[in-house]
Amino acid sequence: MISLLTDNTMLAALIALVGLGTLFGGLLGYAAERFKVGSDPIVQQLDDLLPQTQCGQCGFPGCRPYAQSIADGDAINKCPPGGQSTINAIANLLDISAPSLDEEHGEEEMRTIAYIREDECIGCTKCIQACPVDAILGAAKLMHTVIAAECTGCDLCVEPCPVDCIDMLPIVKNIDQWQWPAPPNPLDLIATTASAMQEDAA
Amino acid sequence: MRRIWDAPGGVHPPDNKAQSLTSSIGQLPLPEKLILPLTQHVGAAAKVCVSVGEKVLKGQKLASASASISAAIHAPSSGWITAIEERAVAHPSGMSAPCIEITCDGEDRWIECMGYPDYKQATPPQLRNLIADAGVAGLGGAGFPSAAKLERGTHMPVDTLIINATECEPYITADDILIRERADQIIQGIDIISHLLGTPKTILIGIENNKPEAIAALNHHCQGSGIEVVSFPTKYPSGGEKQLIYILTGKEIPSGHLPADLGIVCLNSSTVFAIKRAVIDGEPLISRITTLAGEACDINRNYEILIGTPVSHLLAQNAFHPELCSRLIMGGPMMGFSLTSSDVPLVKSSTCILAPSHTEIPDDDPVQACIRCGLCAEACPASLLPQQLYWYARADDHERLQAHNLFDCIECGACSYVCPSNIPLVQHYRSSKADIVNARTAKATAAVARERFEFRQVRLEMADTVREAKREARRIVTEKAKITSPTTTQPSGSSAADIIKAAQLRGTARQASPEQQRAKLERTLMAAEMRLKEAQQRLLQATNNASVDQQAQQLASVEAAKRKVEQATQRLTEVSH
Repeated sequence: MISLLTDNTMLAALIALVGLGTLFGGLLGYAAERFKVGSDPIVQQLDDLLPQTQCGQCGFPGCRPYAQSIADGDAINKCPPGGQSTINAIANLLDISAPSLDEEHGEEEMRTIAYIREDECIGCTKCIQACPVDAILGAAKLMHTVIAAECTGCDLCVEPCPVDCIDMLPIVKNIDQWQWPAPPNPLDLIATTASAMQEDAA
Repeated sequence: MRRIWDAPGGVHPPDNKAQSLTSSIGQLPLPEKLILPLTQHVGAAAKVCVSVGEKVLKGQKLASASASISAAIHAPSSGWITAIEERAVAHPSGMSAPCIEITCDGEDRWIECMGYPDYKQATPPQLRNLIADAGVAGLGGAGFPSAAKLERGTHMPVDTLIINATECEPYITADDILIRERADQIIQGIDIISHLLGTPKTILIGIENNKPEAIAALNHHCQGSGIEVVSFPTKYPSGGEKQLIYILTGKEIPSGHLPADLGIVCLNSSTVFAIKRAVIDGEPLISRITTLAGEACDINRNYEILIGTPVSHLLAQNAFHPELCSRLIMGGPMMGFSLTSSDVPLVKSSTCILAPSHTEIPDDDPVQACIRCGLCAEACPASLLPQQLYWYARADDHERLQAHNLFDCIECGACSYVCPSNIPLVQHYRSSKADIVNARTAKATAAVARERFEFRQVRLEMADTVREAKREARRIVTEKAKITSPTTTQPSGSSAADIIKAAQLRGTARQASPEQQRAKLERTLMAAEMRLKEAQQRLLQATNNASVDQQAQQLASVEAAKRKVEQATQRLTEVSH
């Protein structure tokens, strides 16, 4: 056998290459099965960056479907609740340039939460059915109320309300939520305007 | 002589401490009103346990600790609770927070105090409770509740107790004067803490060498007590906890860890004094030493102020000239913040009120571009790269900021101090830190929202499947019923003629055999005749002894029964033919 191979180098090379090819092919095939990734990891990463408001302003029924759509090549600027920072983060992840928010889908606004004027609520449960995160509590013909901590401010409960008793209120900032403001960008200031601004401030 | 390590970075601003050290600790006249914010410490706000209109005595508890990291609040003087509401507090935002207002009655009458002069008999948990009940929080400026700090010391054996008497910020001399005048009480406090922590091997007092009188006082009282007074060269910010620990022991606290993880507990000297008062005298923390300094006040001095004293009251007693003052600063010139109003109260962490003149601390010069000189990196005591952090903060690059250990920044201000371009570096870092924390919370809430959304989807799907299953079950049942009664099966074809034909077929099929029909009709006839007889009997009775209405009724029923009998007879004759 050995001598046959040493005599026919062509044959030996052929056998060696075919053997190696089979071996590595088998290994790769096994690894592909063994370490298979179930869902598309990029969709998961995109979903993590989206604000999970589940408002549907992007035109998809929830954040994950939009994440899927972005992964399939949709525009990344359709999420008003996430705003520019979310667009930037997604652009960073996908390594593309960040567009500005597509105003067709809405404008970036201050975060709000729903508030039900309880005296006016007739207990129709329509808002409960509309809430994507089960943040409204109540039963038929009984007053409903919003669990403020769970409300994502998606606005979806406002439209179905037959008596218009739901307000979207901005979140009031108290002293614990206060944060140091960022100093003005020095590039925005040239020496003359800076001194003018200080005079204004004084 | 103990070895001293040299902490990295640091700056040497003019210390300006002599002005306020010319006289001893002063006392202020009692203010008309005291305002006590519920959050004077790090952690949760205290829970109010008095009500408006109540009369309180000096030292009475007004609010109790509401969580493991929280501190109680006591009445600094006797009087009436006149309000529990939002008031402007000493905070960089100038916003208001819940406060208790006491209108003093001028008697300054103490509640009965229970001290434990023989604290050696008490167990560590008892002592910790005493300290917690007295509302002691770190008086060095941070305001971390001391009981919580000492509690952490119980998880690991503590081998080193460090007393921080560094007081490295310019102008502030509160610890210095307290040590000069009351060193003996501080040593007593150290004994208590040492007993509480199970007698650590090493007890050190760290103090900068610009306080010779305080060092002498400490040395005098420490003789033979096993407490070592260590003085080291003056440099800002040696008084930072991590910096002081490195200077005295050469140990670095790893990022994200606490001194307790290395078996070290570090307390400020004023805090130790407050602990002594709490344990031995039973007096809660209702006063502290605060430095008043700056050229806009004629008198610069240290005062033992009652917590809750309005800053304006302190200033009014010291010939304050508002027109000379560039801004009012609470805390030192390096780490303090500007006050928006002088009506705010002094709190447990108020080390100093600084009223500098325009020449002393001039307004900020305009910010210029970073010239990458690198002075900030040399000055940083935490060995960070302030310049890199600045660029990343400008770019909102949270990932890189964290990779460059933004959260190890102690916000000492040394980088801003040395910056030749006047860049407010620390403000950039503070803002970025808050942004990162906000982003983290937003992420956490988003995760919860996603979980709830997905749970709802699953729930709706399940409800759908259940409904679908029910519908399917119903369908099967009807199908089965159709199979068991084949007469009702639909014939194939769907044209109108077919349907009519099928209906006619069904109609004829429904007609049973003539015998069965006749038997059925005979039964009906018999029943009808029976009913007719009964009705006629009732009519007879009614004609004898009932009203006209009832007679009419019975007559009608007899007529109906007669009709039924007629119908039945007719049908029967039809069928038999």
